[in-house]
Amino acid sequence: MQEFLNMGGYARFVWPAYGLGLVVLCWNIWSALHLHRTALERARRRAAIGEDAGQGSR
Amino acid sequence: MTTLTTSLPRAAWLVLERDLRLAFRRWEQVTHPVVFFIMVATLFPLALSPEPALLRSIAPGVVWVGALLSSLLALESLFRADLDDGTLEQLTLSGQPLAWLLLAKTLAHWLLSGIPLVITAPLIAASLSAPGEAVGVLMTALALGTGVLSFIGAVGAALTLGSRRGSVLLSLLVLPLAMPVLIFGARATDQAMRGEVSTGPLWLLAAMLILAVTLAPLASAAAVRVSLE
Amino acid sequence: MGTWTWFHKLASPPHFYRIAGKMIPWFAIPAALLIVFGIYGGLVRAPADYQQGDAFRIIYVHAPSAWLSLMCYSTMAISAAVGLIWRIKLSHALAAACAPIGASFTLLALATGSLWGKPMWGTFWTWDARLTSELILFFLYLGYMALRSAFDDLTRADRASAVLALVGIVNVPIIHFSVTWWNSLHQGSTVLARGGPKMPLSMLAPLLMCFLGFTLLFAALACVRVRGEVLIRERNATWLKELGSPQ
Repeated sequence: MQEFLNMGGYARFVWPAYGLGLVVLCWNIWSALHLHRTALERARRRAAIGEDAGQGSR
Repeated sequence: MTTLTTSLPRAAWLVLERDLRLAFRRWEQVTHPVVFFIMVATLFPLALSPEPALLRSIAPGVVWVGALLSSLLALESLFRADLDDGTLEQLTLSGQPLAWLLLAKTLAHWLLSGIPLVITAPLIAASLSAPGEAVGVLMTALALGTGVLSFIGAVGAALTLGSRRGSVLLSLLVLPLAMPVLIFGARATDQAMRGEVSTGPLWLLAAMLILAVTLAPLASAAAVRVSLE
Repeated sequence: MGTWTWFHKLASPPHFYRIAGKMIPWFAIPAALLIVFGIYGGLVRAPADYQQGDAFRIIYVHAPSAWLSLMCYSTMAISAAVGLIWRIKLSHALAAACAPIGASFTLLALATGSLWGKPMWGTFWTWDARLTSELILFFLYLGYMALRSAFDDLTRADRASAVLALVGIVNVPIIHFSVTWWNSLHQGSTVLARGGPKMPLSMLAPLLMCFLGFTLLFAALACVRVRGEVLIRERNATWLKELGSPQ
């Protein structure tokens, strides 16, 4: 186990690399879901008001 | 479809000649980028050290970065005036192929912004203790490179026409595409200064120029149409 | 006409919204499995490289993210072109969705490459052709996103950024072929090399799993994002009312 964590002496390169990979992965998942969730809320609100949704409003 | 009364070459010449004529009335648009170029080049000896050996080694880079930044500055004026007075819209409605007209316009811009840089460059190079033999290669590379920058820059200028944060955004868009020009232009100059054969990068610059001249006007035309919608 | 109706239906936003929603688990679950098993295979099971030791294991993060950075840009450029030529809003939505995904994986490729470069080449960075052009790709993504945000009108933003995406596509083949065209510090092709892959199966299999897993992950992420972009662009609110409970 200790050997595995040590990565043959390259631990300080390998683990940050995998760590960054995990961060980017999580950010992508969160960001995509957040975009969809926000857009859905806004679209619902527009539909509830009944107005023409209007293109281009952020 | 009505037949065009003006032939393609004539239409291009009219656009080119008009831009050149207008530039004579507004000299500052030609001279300001050149002054900027000279001042940027001066910053480096001031900031680093006036030691000739150091300056000689950084001379290719300084000249090219200066030329690149100066070109970016000059791009502002490519479409601005024509957008403001409605000429740009007239060009799109003229019935002539817009890409062809924009090619002529960009060519005028190159003559007005690139050529002054090519002429000023030997002065800059000399001030940076660069050897005299490299001047020919430097001027050729700059002539080619500023051409590529004008044509690529035209696309960026057309895209940022309608936006408020125009100039910074323009730089952000054009710089990544301009990097290969910088790389090969500086390499050609550097090789020439060290007395090595520099035809390789020069051919690449020429190829880039041909690619830019043929394809960029199409993109510029599409971008102008988008911006005028 | 029957063969193309599915395409026309797909380009209809409400239809696409529904279909994409159904597809997400079909992309996400295999992606998760492939990535988990691929990473496990690469990190734990594969033997250490005789030259690079355990440092080579970075490849399981670096190579797929580099591949994704290129694939994302290509997808973005192609869908931008389709949107520009045939004026299909959904296509523009896909292009917009690709940008943040591609930018983040380009950054990951650069960072993991840098971490791999230090033990292998002795330096975190070098200005060789591949690294420089990948960095330029990152700047192109940023420029694309900056251009988008400069316009209030979404149609103008779509069309302007589409032109930019197409201009930048020249960079993609440059990145790919840079290792063959120039003497590069970056290693040449190992998987797509002539005469077959130069890697033993115990190392190659997890890598291929990671490539496929990342690609499916991109598909899942794109589906989620495009659904969001569709909602932002949709003018006709009536089908939105029928969306019902959150999915």
